Amino acid sequence: MSRRVKVDITVPNQTKYLGVIGRIGESMAYSLKGFRGNRRELAYHLNLVLTEALANAICHANRCDPDKDVRVLISASDRDLTIKVFDQGQGFDIEASAIRKAKSNAEGGRGIQIIFKLMDRVRYIQEEDGNVLEMTKYF
Amino acid sequence: MQLKMTEQDDIVNLIIEEERMDAHNSGDLKEQMLQLFDEGKCNLIIDLSAVRFIDSSGLGALVSGFKNASAREGNLKLCCLQPQVRSMFELTRLHRVFEIYVNLDEALNSF
Repeated sequence: MSRRVKVDITVPNQTKYLGVIGRIGESMAYSLKGFRGNRRELAYHLNLVLTEALANAICHANRCDPDKDVRVLISASDRDLTIKVFDQGQGFDIEASAIRKAKSNAEGGRGIQIIFKLMDRVRYIQEEDGNVLEMTKYF
Repeated sequence: MQLKMTEQDDIVNLIIEEERMDAHNSGDLKEQMLQLFDEGKCNLIIDLSAVRFIDSSGLGALVSGFKNASAREGNLKLCCLQPQVRSMFELTRLHRVFEIYVNLDEALNSF
């Protein structure tokens, strides 16, 4: 089995970095050896889930505090890709956010639902010094 | 957010000149639309031809504009979506909320 590729990035807690991180996810989609599906679609989806998860960490968990940081860890093998986004907030009930039915014309509440739709496994783990949103796609 | 605005009769065409609409810039669009509503301009066409990527914040800004336009007896319609942006409206079922047109002329003629 091939070794896992790991990309570990820490950026200031500012939304201007959403595009930077999203594009790293897109690039990784084109370098995955084991993936046999539509790479262009996967690239868009990885960009999207990274953007949603990072925006959630920056704007909600870390309350837009520019002095905080957000860490993103992407690791991939020939069978799966896992994204971890670390925040320093109070945590939230991700299952409740995922099943909450937003009205069709609601302005918000779609980010976590999009992540659940596009990734195969999603967990939000609360730890002593923060939280981790972990999202995995299997090939 | 980079925007270009043109007016034809009482319809404002807002052209988004950004590749991405996300949590970093979608607030600017909301503000711009609120300013137009305050000026009594409530019929909008949002041209998304340059937008390659949209997230839930971008969609939320458009929903906000749609609701505000409707509340003022106006309308907000979309045109010129790239395929991956169109797929986001389908993923979130917002294609059932918005009127979406292939090009600006069709959108203009629908008013």
